[in-house]
Amino acid sequence: MGAIVKKPRVLDAAALGELFEALKAAGHTLIGPVPRDGAIQYQPIDGVADLPAGWSDFQDKGRYRLNETGEASLFDYASAPQSWKRYLHPPRLKLFSARREKGRIRFDDEAEPIPKYAFIGVRACDLNAIAIQDRVFIGNGQIDPHYAARRERAFLVAVNCSRAGGTCFCTSMGTGPRAETGYDIALTELIDDRGHRFLLETGSDAGESIAAGLDAAAAAPEDIDAAAAISERVAGNMGRSLDTEGLPEILAKNLSHPHWDAVAERCLACSNCTMVCPSCFCTSVEDTTSLEDGTAERWRDWDSCFSGRFSYVVGGQVRDSTRSRYRQWLTHKLSYWHEQFGSSGCVGCGRCITWCPVGIDITEEAAAIRATDEA
Amino acid sequence: MPGNGKLRLAVWKFASCDGCQLSLLNCEQELLALLEHVEIAYFLEASRATSRGPYDLSLVEGSITTPHDAERIHAIRRDSKLLVTIGACATAGGIQALRNFRDVKAFTSIVYPNPDYIRSLRRSTPIRDHVEVDFELRGCPIDKGQLLEVVGALLAGRRPGIPTYSVCHECKRAANLCVMVAHGTPCLGPVTNAGCGAICPAFTRGCYGCFGPAEKTNTASLTNWLRDNGENRKTLVRSFRSFNADAEAFRKESEALEQAGKRHG
Ligand code: SF4
Ligand code: SF4
Ligand code: SF4
Ligand code: SF4
Repeated sequence: MGAIVKKPRVLDAAALGELFEALKAAGHTLIGPVPRDGAIQYQPIDGVADLPAGWSDFQDKGRYRLNETGEASLFDYASAPQSWKRYLHPPRLKLFSARREKGRIRFDDEAEPIPKYAFIGVRACDLNAIAIQDRVFIGNGQIDPHYAARRERAFLVAVNCSRAGGTCFCTSMGTGPRAETGYDIALTELIDDRGHRFLLETGSDAGESIAAGLDAAAAAPEDIDAAAAISERVAGNMGRSLDTEGLPEILAKNLSHPHWDAVAERCLACSNCTMVCPSCFCTSVEDTTSLEDGTAERWRDWDSCFSGRFSYVVGGQVRDSTRSRYRQWLTHKLSYWHEQFGSSGCVGCGRCITWCPVGIDITEEAAAIRATDEA
Repeated sequence: MPGNGKLRLAVWKFASCDGCQLSLLNCEQELLALLEHVEIAYFLEASRATSRGPYDLSLVEGSITTPHDAERIHAIRRDSKLLVTIGACATAGGIQALRNFRDVKAFTSIVYPNPDYIRSLRRSTPIRDHVEVDFELRGCPIDKGQLLEVVGALLAGRRPGIPTYSVCHECKRAANLCVMVAHGTPCLGPVTNAGCGAICPAFTRGCYGCFGPAEKTNTASLTNWLRDNGENRKTLVRSFRSFNADAEAFRKESEALEQAGKRHG
């Protein structure tokens, strides 16, 4: 991805389908937002007709509701229940299979089919989360080939937020609401007396070459200003905030703080927060054996620091209490992720707050520790 | 193992509905493969032909509810190298453990014309309260995949991959939408052990708790949340009192709710 600064274009909403067709023609499977079962979820889409036209969401701690707005907007919602993580870092993945043949172990070397995705509607927070997972899986000296192969093929169409969700706090984390980098194409949806259209910016050679084939004229200064105004308005409307000043150090020296016990009284250790978090990457590996032909398989599954087996070593669990598990989650995200990967592990997407079944809010818990920091 | 090199399997029934044993017969596809490795030595649900112990593996379904059963389980234990209990009855007392919250004599006197003939224990109890159990498989009924996993692991000499985390974990991996958060439907998933593959949430229903309490449970916090969201105590008591009513975490929660109900009227 070269640092290309191309002039923004403007794409008529009616021509959005052309972008999708161009991506399909380039061999991409489209994954985009779809209203399903009562939420806007990222799943395979065929075209513009699948998008959540006239739908929006309400999010608060432990609560998500879909609303019909009747507006023309296609992207007027905040974070989806799950992030793009499940496509780049699948929840369950076969690592290999092997068989015993004539007394020897034979590994099947059948190559794993690697999907080639185009993500439609990546928010700024999630672009940052993908950048974090890039550092975890690719930039850390040890390359995860499964992630790397999916990532390399993926085309990212960012869509800048036109509404901040009730649990969003990207402004606090410096990750949004405007997509600054990491996308191939970034769109801002504009609906005003100049019509329903998208400001289209490119962020890579691949993005530029797709955009060049679209019927999209150079943007007028009014379009550029309108897009900037939207991002500015959204930035001022965050549902949550988190004071990150000195936070990693404050958390690190408060590992014995009584507040961890207070959280443990509410926390269910259910692992929803880690599963929906776009940067959490933990997995565990399990073997299966077939009774039929003796084939053994090794599988990798999403795991979580809230599960008992996660910290199980011979003799018992390292983190036996819910207190120690919650503390691990929060301090990993907001404190020692910095040391490990050079940034915060949190991008402020708000998912862990919305999807915690008992509404535990990471911003409140971190603030509570800060407020009573006595260490 | 006997001369044919096969694992000798026995399947036993106590107070239960037979659904878990049926899970074994439901393994249609895998059953033939299983029989390559396993000799069915005692399984009345499948065959009248039985042979004597000792058995390499006994699967025990059902709870202990009579003095006779409390004796019988000891003989089975003595005859079994490994004893694995299957299902909510065998691991938690089952739905019949609802009697543990009441006076069973009162029931028998209402139900039977001659209650004197009834030899029933006051409580329905899981097998591990009576004999040592090597492994427990939860569920009402058990999951046939888990059953095959345990037998397969035993044959391969590895640890069975049976999760102890919550249903939520499975729900999220399956990309189900959370019915608690998105619909406000009460769900026992966060305190229930995984194993079913989160079937109910996949059909937009709350989890009924068939697999019993997960490794870590915080039933009190879940109840507080549901109470704050308008659920009444009686409904919650009933939710915890189903197939795993007498599993410790669920029993404590339903009792605490009842106590609180009495205090607050
Ligand atoms: S910790 Fe919570 S808010 Fe932060 S990135 Fe993860 S899910 Fe989003
Ligand atoms: S918070 Fe927990 S699940 Fe997430 S990356 Fe850290 S250890 Fe893994
Ligand atoms: S913080 Fe919430 S989502 Fe996370 S484990 Fe605890 S109860 Fe579950
Ligand atoms: S639907 Fe139930 S089991 Fe699934 S994540 Fe929500 S609370 Fe957990």
